[in-house]
Amino acid sequence: MFANLDLQKLVFGRLTLEAIPYHEPILLVTFIGVAIGGVGLLGLITYMRWWGPLWRDWFTSVDHKKIGIMYVVLALVMLLRGFSDALLMRSQQAMAFGANEGYLPPHHYDQIFTAHGVIMIFFVAMPLVTGLMNFVVPLQIGARDVSFPFLNNFSFWMTVSGAATIMASLFVGEFARTGWLAYPPLSGPAGSPGVGVDYYIWGLQIAGIGTLLSGINLIATIVKMRAPGMTMMKMPIFTWTALCTNILIVAAFPILTAVLALLSLDRYVGTHFFSNDLGGNPMMYVNLIWIWGHPEVYILILPAFGVFSEIVSTFSGKRLFGYASMVYATVVITILSYLVWLHHFFTMGSGASVNSFFGITTMIISIPTGAKLFNWLFTMYKGRIRFEEPMLWAIGFMVTFTIGGMTGVLLAVPPADFVLHNSLFLIAHFHNVIIGGVLFGMLAGITYWFPKAFGFRLDPFWGKMSFWFWLTGFYFAFMPLYVLGLMGVTRRVQHFDDPSLQIWFIIAAFGAGLIALGILSFIIQLVVSFMRREALRDHTGDPWGGRTLEWSTSSPPPDYNFAFTPVIHDHDAWSDMKRRGYARPLKGFRPIHMPKNTGTGMILGILSIGFSFGMIWYIWWLAALTFIAMAVVAIGHTFNYNRDFYISADAVIGTETERTRMLEGRV
Amino acid sequence: MSAASQSAHAADHEEDVKGHGDHSGHGSFKGYVTGFVLSVILTAIPFWLVMGDVLGSPRLTGLVIMGFGVVQIVVHMVYFLHMNTKSEGGWTILALIFTLTLVVITLTGSVWVMYHLNTNMMPMTPTSLHQHH
Repeated sequence: MFANLDLQKLVFGRLTLEAIPYHEPILLVTFIGVAIGGVGLLGLITYMRWWGPLWRDWFTSVDHKKIGIMYVVLALVMLLRGFSDALLMRSQQAMAFGANEGYLPPHHYDQIFTAHGVIMIFFVAMPLVTGLMNFVVPLQIGARDVSFPFLNNFSFWMTVSGAATIMASLFVGEFARTGWLAYPPLSGPAGSPGVGVDYYIWGLQIAGIGTLLSGINLIATIVKMRAPGMTMMKMPIFTWTALCTNILIVAAFPILTAVLALLSLDRYVGTHFFSNDLGGNPMMYVNLIWIWGHPEVYILILPAFGVFSEIVSTFSGKRLFGYASMVYATVVITILSYLVWLHHFFTMGSGASVNSFFGITTMIISIPTGAKLFNWLFTMYKGRIRFEEPMLWAIGFMVTFTIGGMTGVLLAVPPADFVLHNSLFLIAHFHNVIIGGVLFGMLAGITYWFPKAFGFRLDPFWGKMSFWFWLTGFYFAFMPLYVLGLMGVTRRVQHFDDPSLQIWFIIAAFGAGLIALGILSFIIQLVVSFMRREALRDHTGDPWGGRTLEWSTSSPPPDYNFAFTPVIHDHDAWSDMKRRGYARPLKGFRPIHMPKNTGTGMILGILSIGFSFGMIWYIWWLAALTFIAMAVVAIGHTFNYNRDFYISADAVIGTETERTRMLEGRV
Repeated sequence: MSAASQSAHAADHEEDVKGHGDHSGHGSFKGYVTGFVLSVILTAIPFWLVMGDVLGSPRLTGLVIMGFGVVQIVVHMVYFLHMNTKSEGGWTILALIFTLTLVVITLTGSVWVMYHLNTNMMPMTPTSLHQHH
């Protein structure tokens, strides 16, 4: 059958039928489930004739609002994958004691914790942050789109391709077994000869291009496209945090790209950057990846701080307390985030001077963060607080994040870190700040801006269910891990001998179950809200009594966002306009110049999946072919001069008259 | 960003959507030629230093080449990227300062960290190295 093995190698590289894990029942069942679900979804789209609208209105769209929404959808889908990994780990650890080996063998368990970390950071938290910034920032600064609308679409599809590459590892081959940062020498060619680490590298490299480009895009947007009158110190806080986050992205992601490229060279062409031989040093990898990795933490949390600043101020009915100090705190955190990376490897062997320097800088970073927290508290002080769902997330965040911050300062003490390094205490700490900070922030932001995006509010009952399940679930799931960590239990362990530990893992698994209910409530909330959308309709465009510009347009905003570019006098621009009795202009509309949709971004994204697949499996012809195709498509696109159009004045008048009718019918 | 450039920017807001609301100069032919000639010279000298083994010490040669590299970077920024203290309302120089800060932190920090690496490690003698293999 395979008479000519060389030909097979030429065509399929190292891909063989063995790579399909049909002999692993868990994966087989998952695959069947995914296949049935996927075929069902594709069938539904075909049956409902949604392909055309999906392609025309979404996939090829260069509208920042739609791209933002697609990022969030991607993140939510990936959240389900990342969370099912979490459930697998929690249930394995709750049962694998003594004679019971649990149901996940070590080689599978190791892939799961790696995939969980990679997916949650790169394909849940990052798309949530990027999506929210994409949707909100142009609206907040009174712009019609981002600076480079096509680039935005391209960035999104690169992120999707990265996610697709990682997902493919589930059913074709294997994923890395190295942990989410793939330290060498374990991730080197000798430690991980299989395709797992290559899936990791190419998934992240491709998604990284998207992240970097969207960072450049949003910086250019914020710097160049603010409405007249909006000086830097009149920008909404969320826009400020978005600016700082994107600066961090542009400064930090190239380091990740470079360090992964060096690791690829070690793996593909036999260099020795991170091996133990010929002058290589694996510790250099650890050093470099954390120079990216620590800013990454702030890339995620800063926009969440921005969301909470908007929400606390809106739902307290007050200006944000200490606007200027909030801005300075954000900028200080941006810079300090580059001075603390070594605290991730205090135990690597550095002397007291290095460790104490990085310990102290780490403690210093809690000062601007603390200032932010007090600003939020003082904003609430004597405010007329409305405990609606976004505000609940904000308060849940303040309590939870403070605990996480304090355990973080604890870990910043080098001698304490020598005891707690790589223990479950660390796991509890970073979930404490990432769930309690980033995730709560993003869910708060989704709830807050959902009516702006879709024209109706989310159902409050299921939202509150989701909040309380998430909050209590978090505490049940991670407080036991603090205890276990203090007792010395290390992370990434698949089986335990000491039966006295089991109760804590059972409590943690119970907490994960509560979080599952929180996610389920969120999905129910989306469905219920869609069914009740007429009752929840937002006619005014300003359902919460908002304070920034995005609330001055209709919900959902027209394609062109603002018929006239607003003029800004205050950092709470919309509340300032409302106070001064702003009247919406009703005539004088002019044609609006807009960018045209293009499928190039999606085509490039699909080609890049082919490229990464070729590189991972050593299918060189596929990699070369798709690489050339990408270059041809990208260059070809630069010759496409038919990329803009005008929305006619009549169409603008039509849209604006519709809005006038809506406002009159309700207010 | 100055108020004047802001209002000017607002006037052509619609043009910006096209992605070419660029008002900064693209440099002159003379500027590009100057930059190119300087770059060639700054590249040729290091080659000569290595090929001809002029300085005799690889360490010194390496340091000198790095120096030429830094000058080369400045030449590129001035002649090809058209950076000066006023371009883009001061944003480019601000970005440069920020970048330099981070590059200095990253490089000196990495050197310091890597130099310190073995401080708390067991001493590695040739014999113990052999036992590991």
